[in-house]
Amino acid sequence: MYYVSSSPHVKAKLTTNRIMIDVIIAMIPAALFGIINAGMLFGSFYSFRAFLLIMVCVGSCVLSEYVYNRIIKRQQTIDDFSAVVTGMILALNLPVTFPIWMTVIGSVFAIIVVKQLFGGLGQNFMNPALGARCFLVLSFAKQMTAFVPEKVAAVDGVSSATPLTALKNGANPDLLTMFIGNHSGTIGETSVIALLIGALYLSVRKIIDLRIPLTYIVSFAILIVLFSGNGFDAEFLLKHLCGGGLIFGAFFMATDYSTSPITVSGKYIYGICLGFLTAIFRTFGNTAEGVSFAIIFCNLLVPLIENITIPKAFGLEKE
Amino acid sequence: MSKLTFKGGVHPYDGKELTKDVATRKINPKGEVVIPTSQHIGAPATPMVKIGDRVLKGQKIAEATGFVSANIHSSVSGTVKKIEPRLVTNGTKVMSIVIENDELYEEIKYENKNILEICDKQALKEAIREAVKEAGLVGLGGACFPTHVKLSPKDESAIDYVIVNAAECEPYITADYRRMIENPKELIEGLDIILKLFDNAKGVIAIEDNKPDVIDNLAKLTANYENIEVKALKTKYPQGSERHIIYAVTGRKINSKKLPADAGCIVDNVDTVYNVYRAVKEGKPLTERIVTVSGDGIKNPCNLIVPFGTSHSQVIEEAGGMDENVEKIISGGPMMGQALFNTDVPVMKGSSSLLAFMHDEVKAAKMTNCLNCGMCVKVCPEGLVCAKLAQAAHLNDKEMFLRYNGMECIECGTCNYVCPARRNITQSVRTMKRAIIADRKKG
Repeated sequence: MYYVSSSPHVKAKLTTNRIMIDVIIAMIPAALFGIINAGMLFGSFYSFRAFLLIMVCVGSCVLSEYVYNRIIKRQQTIDDFSAVVTGMILALNLPVTFPIWMTVIGSVFAIIVVKQLFGGLGQNFMNPALGARCFLVLSFAKQMTAFVPEKVAAVDGVSSATPLTALKNGANPDLLTMFIGNHSGTIGETSVIALLIGALYLSVRKIIDLRIPLTYIVSFAILIVLFSGNGFDAEFLLKHLCGGGLIFGAFFMATDYSTSPITVSGKYIYGICLGFLTAIFRTFGNTAEGVSFAIIFCNLLVPLIENITIPKAFGLEKE
Repeated sequence: MSKLTFKGGVHPYDGKELTKDVATRKINPKGEVVIPTSQHIGAPATPMVKIGDRVLKGQKIAEATGFVSANIHSSVSGTVKKIEPRLVTNGTKVMSIVIENDELYEEIKYENKNILEICDKQALKEAIREAVKEAGLVGLGGACFPTHVKLSPKDESAIDYVIVNAAECEPYITADYRRMIENPKELIEGLDIILKLFDNAKGVIAIEDNKPDVIDNLAKLTANYENIEVKALKTKYPQGSERHIIYAVTGRKINSKKLPADAGCIVDNVDTVYNVYRAVKEGKPLTERIVTVSGDGIKNPCNLIVPFGTSHSQVIEEAGGMDENVEKIISGGPMMGQALFNTDVPVMKGSSSLLAFMHDEVKAAKMTNCLNCGMCVKVCPEGLVCAKLAQAAHLNDKEMFLRYNGMECIECGTCNYVCPARRNITQSVRTMKRAIIADRKKG
């Protein structure tokens, strides 16, 4: 007996699994940098701690998905590695001092509440890692902004402010430091160069579509020029681009497939919305940051954007 | 110069080197020959013979029922044994004329009516159309639309392009390639005959650029024809789709509601044009075709000239047989062909190839949820949001399906090919299209 199925009978090589592995590979430079950076800034214990946080996030994300699938008797999905991706993104969004038990809560929230309750992979309306990050920011505001360990801060008098906060408060952080990333911040967001290496990899592998990140960054830059009060100041602008979670968010989180529009023109609109909101949050908001909230807010707009950007089919353009 | 093509498309492994250099070989059917009365789009033909009749090779055994239908001819000489429904490649049973082959291959006398010597223009056109209709010619690219219908557009003066579809974009198939290697002159003459029907048209033989030898040779041979041109197309699946070959050649776009004639085009497959030549010049009906027999499960991949009604099992035998662990057998190409559960089905007018694979990629694929990654959107030649169409199909949401222009889908399988989540997008969309068409017929 031969196998019978509907055409086509051949498949391209790329699978869901491989995409997730590629995203994980792309985050490795940023993760490694984060681990080394924590050690260089605060002592080798914090290198270990950064590593531990990543492992705890990944572990508890995968475990939550496993347990959830078992409980509701669904086919096991942890082998698609999407939970590993969520865990890694969440970990890279945490400060190195973040308590372990809170990390576990965040991971469980990301997987169970944001992802699985809505149907799992591809069905979530919000990026699970960012949903969890915002949940943690609102629940544990103090711990989520403790970028420098208290002991270290007390002894060395290291400023606990990230360069972006310093920038907002009128200080003048060093641009090269911001680009390389040897300063305080969340584990994975500080090094622009490490993130760009990962983004380049994803782009070469054709995993991400550069329309979203580029539209996001360009529209953000334009709005910063217009609204920040500094006018066109290239150095100030570059610092804004290198600071905070913008690069990480633009290339790794705004490009999340299930929470970004599938239509081509929708991707541009989405990028513009992101740039607009991020610029507003950063310029007028209470805190220096704005990327995470901008992304999860725009996630909610995706169905609407998709709805108004249905492309004209071949041969129907003029009608 | 940028190559003629369209937006989207994919490059699957083409497997053409397995058979492209194997010259065609004629085979004779053994035992009974099963000739279905419906091998084309339109009404099934009406049998003209009774059980017990002796028929000759080339004899008309079933007559077109109405305009959109096609004549059927016997491919062997022998005795009509049965007229009953028989299983065909698409898994349905079709009324078929079963002939006990006497293996004498006695042919009827073909009448050469010297059609091309008719001086009166209108009479010549009528005679050409009549000859094509009489020969039971249908589109041999796979769609099997009756050729005489295609050649009779409402306004023949509006036709300014006759395109020979020589893209052969389906992987593995080299039947058209062999035809162009082996019968280039007949092909060109066939096109010249079709051009006689359309006073304002020029002929274009459109070939994918992975066949440079054929492009060069045909360009040389057409040098003396001022109204025939050979054009190279970018090699990309589905370049041979009617809508997309028209776009590549002329820059005009048609949608599902339009016919090629609405864009001033007549598009015919290579083998169809070759058979127009045979029908008009030699008065010979369509009784056989080139079938590419290939795939890693076939012992000696080759191109065979197979009389219609020959069983697929025999075709496999003629190619040296196949491995006993073959997982999948396909009639047609891997992108749009039909999987067979039984090889005891006859070769018909649309049977361009027979493929046997040791490993079925569909069976091995592990499906996940749709990621919304948009890779289907990037490759869809029709510019559709395939993932949303599949979603609409799953929700049975006809309104959403139509809003996303689902009826424009050409079922080329490109989205399905790239889908990393291994979802059966094409199948879902195809099913939904069928349901909507059925609804419209009812309502």
